Amino acid sequence: MGFMDKIKNKFKQNNAEEVTEKYKEGMQKTRKSFSGKINDLVARYRKVDEDFFEELEEVLITADVGVGTVMDLIDELKMEVKRQNIKDSKKVKEIISEKLVEIYYDGDDEDIETLQLSNGELSVILVVGVNGVGKTTSIGKLAYKLKQQGKNVVLAAGDTFRAGAIEQLEVWGERTGVPVIKHKEGSDPAAVIFDGVKAAKSRNADVLICDTAGRLQNKVNLMNELAKVKRVISREVPGAPQEVLLVLDATTGQNALQQAKTFSDAAGVTGIVLTKLDGTAKGGIVLAIRHELNIPVKFVGLGEQVDDFQEFDAHAFVYGLFSDMLDEE
Amino acid sequence: MAFEGLADRLQGVIKKVTGKGKVSEQDVKEMTREVRLALLEADVNFKVVKDLVKRIKERAVGQEVLESLTPGQQVIKVVKEELTDLMGGEQSKIDAADRPPTVIMMVGLQGAGKTTTTGKLANLLRKKYNKTPLLVACDVYRPAAIKQLETLGKQLQMPVFSMGTDTNPVEITEKAIAKAKEDHNDYVIIDTAGRLHVDNDLMDELQKMKEIAQPNEILLVVDAMTGQDAVNVAESFNDQLDITGVVLTKLDGDTRGGAALSIKAVTDKPIKFAGMGEKLDQLEAFHPERMASRILGMGDVLTLIEKAQTTVDEKQAKELEEKMRTMSFTFDDFLEQMSQVKKMGPLEDLLGMLPGAGKIKGLKNIQVDEKQLAHVEAIVQSMTKEERIKPEIMNAGRKKRIAKGSGTSVSQVNRLLKQFDEMKKMMKQMTNMQKGKKGKGMKFPFM
Repeated sequence: MGFMDKIKNKFKQNNAEEVTEKYKEGMQKTRKSFSGKINDLVARYRKVDEDFFEELEEVLITADVGVGTVMDLIDELKMEVKRQNIKDSKKVKEIISEKLVEIYYDGDDEDIETLQLSNGELSVILVVGVNGVGKTTSIGKLAYKLKQQGKNVVLAAGDTFRAGAIEQLEVWGERTGVPVIKHKEGSDPAAVIFDGVKAAKSRNADVLICDTAGRLQNKVNLMNELAKVKRVISREVPGAPQEVLLVLDATTGQNALQQAKTFSDAAGVTGIVLTKLDGTAKGGIVLAIRHELNIPVKFVGLGEQVDDFQEFDAHAFVYGLFSDMLDEE
Repeated sequence: MAFEGLADRLQGVIKKVTGKGKVSEQDVKEMTREVRLALLEADVNFKVVKDLVKRIKERAVGQEVLESLTPGQQVIKVVKEELTDLMGGEQSKIDAADRPPTVIMMVGLQGAGKTTTTGKLANLLRKKYNKTPLLVACDVYRPAAIKQLETLGKQLQMPVFSMGTDTNPVEITEKAIAKAKEDHNDYVIIDTAGRLHVDNDLMDELQKMKEIAQPNEILLVVDAMTGQDAVNVAESFNDQLDITGVVLTKLDGDTRGGAALSIKAVTDKPIKFAGMGEKLDQLEAFHPERMASRILGMGDVLTLIEKAQTTVDEKQAKELEEKMRTMSFTFDDFLEQMSQVKKMGPLEDLLGMLPGAGKIKGLKNIQVDEKQLAHVEAIVQSMTKEERIKPEIMNAGRKKRIAKGSGTSVSQVNRLLKQFDEMKKMMKQMTNMQKGKKGKGMKFPFM
């Protein structure tokens, strides 16, 4: 059974038509440009030669997969092509996508893909990231999702720095009917989170989601502040935070890898939320992040609507990238 | 660091080449490959890289590089020239209207930093050119976006025009400009909602706003961390709105910022300003040549020198040098040095500007703790005048007093005393060395 069939079957088994549609729709722009390019490439090159690989390299780099990862991938492809003695460029297509998913599923422990929350006691989710990636919006959407699942959710407005950030979270609180714990602008974020934990406990909440101010990862003081916030959470709720989610903008280039590294050092990132995937950006850097740091993507933002916030599914992600190619076969 | 600069990348090839009498075409090929990778790693768009590499190759295979004694240096020089060329000259002027008000529209993707930049630009216009801008809140979509601009307006004590979230941005624009005329505001800066360049409805809205506002400037705000997609975004905004310039934000991060090059290449519009921090006065003119160095990972020596020049007092530096020579360097001088360095900005920023700082062992992952500097300062300030000049009189009692006065511990005081002693010894060695090599005075005694 070919690799593409495997993906197709996976979808039939899961009956995940609806999810797949969302990905297909949301990633329409992304997919068109990406698999279109690979198709185009395959059409132009009958033969698999050096030039073919060089162009393939470029297609992958355009998806922000990351130079290092691309080089590894190309090397592996070259070896595979040699081993199987493939001359026809069409056959390479399948190997390409196979290898791409392989990079993502290195250890194949799909457990860590889903949100890990404690049962029956308070779980804390700490949301971190650089400025402008969509932390507050993601929190609003995540709160909505958890509420839909019948969870009792509390939000803590830990971004006390940016003008209007607290109000922004409050609007989301109103929309989703979730209480927001806040202090004044400019107050100590650790204190807000502390109060958030207290409030969540007294309300018997299932999940507390903590917003934090956007910070560039090379600002040592701000990263220390984040580490402190995390310490406060761990001290108040043993075993927490259950999740530390790094929000990444899909349009971000190679710097995303650096973000993932530094935020992990400071706060122990457990998963990624990939936002703004409904544009033309491919977000390919998540492949490199998983490949090099073994941090999985847990959610993706596929649009502006509340329900455009989806659990990440690597198969669906690849399906989104390659579905034109799949349907063709 | 995940990324190596061009110079580091070329090391390997250069090693192979040195010692050879002649550089072969194969060597040049390898070098240009490294150039290509360095640029791609810096997020320069691959099409732009392709064109660049082609031109660089032509120049490299020609006489210039092959006959040079230091081909590696030569390649870097050629690359830097090409990059600087492509980036164009400095252009940070706002095109003013013949009859006020001058209207500026800020556009871009979500989260690029439009609202913050609106505030910063208004601040710059007032501070540098004595203008009185009116800020207009047209982001009716993102929750609390209007509130954000209003808060910035309050901080800056500047008027903000808003009509809530139920009014059409086109109408808000129209009313805002009328209001500016009435109130004699000479600049109007319109903050628009973030939108995807492929969102037809919202792009239409911008075009309608443009028609009404007849802006003198449409500035595209772009996140410096943007990857390969920067070309699509910039091209699309430019095609639909004919932007007049670009503001690159979040340049105070550690991204290489290759997007700058891509945007310039596809739009041929100047990058006018750069956002360099979270504070409202941290919007600077964009320096193309420095950006070229940054993309290549060559450090920002120019900025460093400029910083040193503007903050280090020439006379004081001379005096310090004299003191080092005569070994009369005291804790007072030490404090003075520290304050000079601190004036130049956060230490980690300074280190980042040093070319090859990433290569030096120990400097590689250095995290400068500004708090520790504050401790050192407190310790010295808790010393008596005599102690600062003659640290050798220090005894247990004095140390205890100093520790108490500075809120530190005796062991911290001891550590500083030891470091100071070692520093003096090092200075002695250095000044001895310098005596041999005349003319090479130390420019920055604190480095």
